[in-house]
Parts: sequence; C-alpha cells; structure tokens
Amino acid sequence: MPSTRRRPIAATAALAPTWVVVAVVYVGTMIWSISMSFTDSTLFPSSNYVGFAQYAKLFTTPKWLAALRNEVVFGTLYVSGCLVLGFLLAAALDRRVRFESVFRTIFLYPYAMSFVVTGLIWQWMLNPTLGIQANVRALGWDGFLFNWIVDRDMAIYTIVIAGIWQGAGLVMVMVLAGMRGISAEQWKAALIDGIPVWRIYASIVLPQLRASLTAAGMILAMGVIKTYDLVVAMTGGGPGNATEVPAKFIMDNLFQRQNLGLAAAGATVLVLTVIVVVVPIRYALHVRGARRSAAQ
Amino acid sequence: MKTKTALFLAGAAVLATFGPALAEDKPKIEVLTSWTSGGEAAALGVLKSEFEKRGGEWKDSSIAGFGAADAAFQNRIVAGNPPGSHQIVIGLPLVDFAKQGLMSPIDEVAKAGKWDQVLAKSVYDLISYDGKAYLAPTGAHGESWVFYRKDIFAKVGITDEPQTWDDFFVALDKLKAAGILPVAWGGQAWQEAKVFNMILLSQVGIDGFLKIYVDKDKSEASLKGIEKTLEILGRLRGYVDEGAPGRNWNDATAMVITGKAGVQFMGDWAKGEFTVAGLEAGKDYGCMLAPQSDGMVYVADSFSFPKLADGGATPAQKLLAEVVMDPKVQIDFALKKGAIPMRSDVDKSSLDVCAQKGLALMSAGKIVPDQAIILTPQQAGALSDFVDEFWSNASEGSAAGVEAFYGIFK
Repeated sequence: MPSTRRRPIAATAALAPTWVVVAVVYVGTMIWSISMSFTDSTLFPSSNYVGFAQYAKLFTTPKWLAALRNEVVFGTLYVSGCLVLGFLLAAALDRRVRFESVFRTIFLYPYAMSFVVTGLIWQWMLNPTLGIQANVRALGWDGFLFNWIVDRDMAIYTIVIAGIWQGAGLVMVMVLAGMRGISAEQWKAALIDGIPVWRIYASIVLPQLRASLTAAGMILAMGVIKTYDLVVAMTGGGPGNATEVPAKFIMDNLFQRQNLGLAAAGATVLVLTVIVVVVPIRYALHVRGARRSAAQ
Repeated sequence: MKTKTALFLAGAAVLATFGPALAEDKPKIEVLTSWTSGGEAAALGVLKSEFEKRGGEWKDSSIAGFGAADAAFQNRIVAGNPPGSHQIVIGLPLVDFAKQGLMSPIDEVAKAGKWDQVLAKSVYDLISYDGKAYLAPTGAHGESWVFYRKDIFAKVGITDEPQTWDDFFVALDKLKAAGILPVAWGGQAWQEAKVFNMILLSQVGIDGFLKIYVDKDKSEASLKGIEKTLEILGRLRGYVDEGAPGRNWNDATAMVITGKAGVQFMGDWAKGEFTVAGLEAGKDYGCMLAPQSDGMVYVADSFSFPKLADGGATPAQKLLAEVVMDPKVQIDFALKKGAIPMRSDVDKSSLDVCAQKGLALMSAGKIVPDQAIILTPQQAGALSDFVDEFWSNASEGSAAGVEAFYGIFK
C-alpha cells in the first residue's frame, strides 16, 4: 500500500518547523482565545472562570445578534452574487472579445486595491447629499431617490454591492482559466449538433467548472468571515446596527471596549460557525473523491 | 562560550547598577499620546519645550487616533515595556491599571504643588486612586455646547439664545423656514451619545445625572428624566438631513461655518475649526450651553505614569507631572488645544469667551463627568450603542427606550 509508506526523514525534518508553527501559533492561540472566553477578562487576561456567562451576555447583546443576521444576509448574497457575476463576465470574455486583456485587468482591478481606499469612494458615491442622488437631482430629476446607505433596511445591500464589485473579478479570472481548459473539440461537436450557445454554457461548460467554482466559493466564504474593512470604510456599522458584522464587533470589543472575554466568546462562535459550515462540505468532497478513485 | 556569557551577564549587571544613576543626570521620558492633529500637536509642543527647558529629554511616541494609541499602550504595558507617560482620560480608565499595580503614584508632586487646593474637588478625586494622586491633568473639554453663527441667527430672526428646549425648537423652525438646515448632525455613535448626555443633564440636573450614572438610580425622577431626554432627542430627528449618518464631527462643523446649517451640538474642540476659518468666538460665532442646563458635561485628559521600576515614579515622571500642572503651561496648553485649564487659579484673560464660561462652571463645581470618566469602556460602548440604536430607529418609543437604557450597566 503506497499510502502507508513512511516518509523520508529529510522530508519530516523539513516539515518539522512548520508543524511547530502550526501547533504553537495557530492551534495554541486558538486554544488560548477559547479559554479566555470562559473568563471575566476585561483589559487584562484574567484566570477567573465564569463558565458560559460571556456567551450568555453575547447572545443577549442586540448588536451581536444584528451582526450575525447581517453576516448571513451579506454572506449569502455576496458569495452567490460574486459567483454569478464572475461566471457571466468570464463567459463574456470567453467569446474571444476584442481587447480581452484590457477588460480582464479592469474587472480584476478592484480586487487588487485596498478596500479602505475604494470604500471611501463608495461612501461618497452613495451618500445622498454628496453622491449619485445629489448629482442626478442636480441634473433636474428632483424626485430621484437613492439613499440606501442611510436607510436601516437597505444599508446592508450597499455593502453587498460594493463587495460584489470587488470580488467578482477574482471569480472571473478563476472561472475563465477553467473555461480555457475545456477542449475545443467539445465546442465543435456541440455547435455541429446545433445546440444554442447558452445551453452549451449551462449544460456542458458549467459542470466542468466545479473545481474552479468550489475554490472561488471557498475563498469568498473566508472573505465573508473576515469582512471588516468593507464595513468600517463604508458605514462604520451604521445606521444603528444596520451593517454591523461579527468581525467588527470583536475588534471593537477587543481594542476599544477593553472586553477581552466577550471578544473571545465572539471569536469562538465565529470559529464554530466556520467549522460547522466547512466540515460537512469537506467531508462530502472527501467521500466523493474516495468513491471516484475507487471507481477508476 | 561560558566566559562570554558570564561577561555579558556581568556587563548587564554593571549597566543595571549604573544605568539609573546615569539617567538621573538628564531625566528622559517617552510620551505616548494620540495628539497628532494641528492644534493638538501644538499643545503637546508646549509641554515638550517646557520639559526640555527644565533639563529633560523628551521622546514623542504619539499615534494618531485615540483608539489606536490606547491599543498600542495596552499592548506595551501587557508586554512589560510601557512608555514613561501615557495620555489617558481621568477617572475610571485609571482604575484597572492602578489595581494591577501597573501605575506609579505621583503623590509627592501633588502634595508639594497643593493640587488638592487648585483643582476642583471632584477632579482631584478622579485623578486619585486609593487616596493617592496618580494622574497629572492637562486640560478639560466642555461637551455641552451648541455652536451657531451669530449672523445666521440674526438673519432668521433669532435675537436671544433660546433658554428652554421649547424656545430652542422654535428657533430651529425659524431656521428651517429660512431654508437653512437646522441641525448639523454628526451621525456617529459617540457624537450622538454626547448629545444624549447634554440633554440628560438639562433634564435631571447635576445631582440627578450623577445618581443615574454612578448609582444606577431607578427612581421615578430618573426614569422620567431619561424619558424626557429621549423625547427631546427624538424630536431632533426632524431637523437633520439624510446625509447625517456616519458624518464626521468636523464635517458637521464645516456646515455651520459655511452657513449651510444652523447649529451643532459638540464639545469645545469644534472651536479649532472656527478659528481656522477665521471666525472669532463671541463675535462671529456663539457658544451656548444646551438649553435649561445648570452645568456642563466635561471630559478631561491627563498624563498617567506607568510603573517603570520599583520605588515609585522616576525623576523624569515627576518632572513631567510638575510641568503639566504649571499654571503658565496650563494656560498655554489650553489656548493651543482649545481646552479649559484644570487649575482654577490661572490668569483667564487670554481665554476666549467660551473657555471663560467653561472655566467659571468648573471653578463653581457645576460640572458632570462624561461617560469616559464614570463608566467602564464596556458600559460607555454600550451607551453609544443604545443612543445610536434609538436615534436611527425612529419607530422606537421613548418609554421602551428607558428600559433599554439601563441595559448598559449589565
């Protein structure tokens, strides 16, 4: 059995430092954070065990609950929006348009820039007294209304729009690479059979892009958990709690409110959510992969 | 190898013995503040030049942004490498550090300088922990101010500063009728919390204010006062523009300066913006206390002295404490920063009318501390959340808000 063959000592030795780093830096700090969430730490780490009190407090804090709700709305729309738009952009470029590389650069550019910079521009554009609304009104359309960013019910969608603007280019590049990997023979055969182009994309191309779409989806999902700069640059979590996200809640409690215990509890909840979402997906992929290799 | 180590250790021991002695020749201090903007940096420069004049050596480690500077300080003190002095708000922020024994008291300097006589009693209590003075207060900021341009008020027919909230709303209506945005609102949680506090003070008075925040008092009078506060706050929603959410305080001040908006509720640091625009306090623009207020909400900065060695404050730290509380320095610092001096015995003739009003209130003890002084950072954060949520949720009634208010103490 090749899989049980022992690894050469040199390889083990080369990997050892990485393992130490993983154990100490990643696992170690994670365990430390989780243990902090069971203490009453405020400014300084304390060892006073308080059980689940921080979690009880966390889930009675309106701001945290709002943050979780926003994360779900944002995460769903952001990931699906980026995938759909990225796929459409890739399909458009795949048609061998002129100046393809120019478009590719333009669409990928938002991803390459820091959101702290572009977020400010979004904020100005969306601000009803400075941006799009004010300018359209100045052109003479007095009733024009585009005040989502200051509307409690709509503000989160402005974050989604800006997020998709930023993330779609990345999906486009990954999907385009996948599309270029599909052999020209398949295209020729399908076109000879008289299958419409949209149908080729939906039934022949799309199923073969599973790997790139999964990878893109995974990267986007991790981005959702980390979302912080986007919100800070555009709305600061407001109006009220309308665009608060968990990462911002944790940072605020850690550094401004000197509330280490509560921040650690929030971080732990986030880690658990990630595990709950990722583990079944990983497991399903693993099972399918094993089945496939067994079939071959 | 071994001898090298031994030599190294010996060298370190020698340094450790003579190091402090050498340092005493020229007291050296590293100062960490968040004062980096124009006026702030100039004010810090006053302290620096006086410190150097008295033979000290000054190292500035300031970081822009109060939160960022605080976070940096926390990291350093937890790592055991604190700066010689750190700018901190007086009151509760000190307690956590002092309790852990991480701060050095400067009681000798305070006693020698008779600080208990030149500072208001409530201020002296707030710079002390366990009966000893720990902080050297630099200056105070009044936070109960309403700023307005005198010519704009005259133009729309507001002749006197409104004395009651009802008059105030009449004035706002006049501004509105003249096509001027009545209130330049900075829609950030911390700014809204300050407006909440100034209204609360006008409704419950100085004693009532302290009762609510310090004793978490839930008597009928307090509940009523909070409800009325929320009513007034809610009424203000009708006088702001839709670009308000997220607006910076200085952008709001600019709206008043350019005559686009009528009034702004803000702390006296807003005066700096008026000064830069060439407007003069009392002549071109006015500062009035929020209507019906018999006192002023204030916040005060100070220097804290982290423990660097056993045996109390170092000579450099003591020297800095003396410099900060020097009467001349207090005045120069206040002028540069737009602040109010902490000492009541300074020469106030060079201060502008707003600062003079503020100093008179401070000397008379007609002041209440802001949330940064009397609440823990967790509670102060919860207060901002509460006010921001109430403000942005127009459907929330003031009666329901009263119950939510007491949630901040949990």
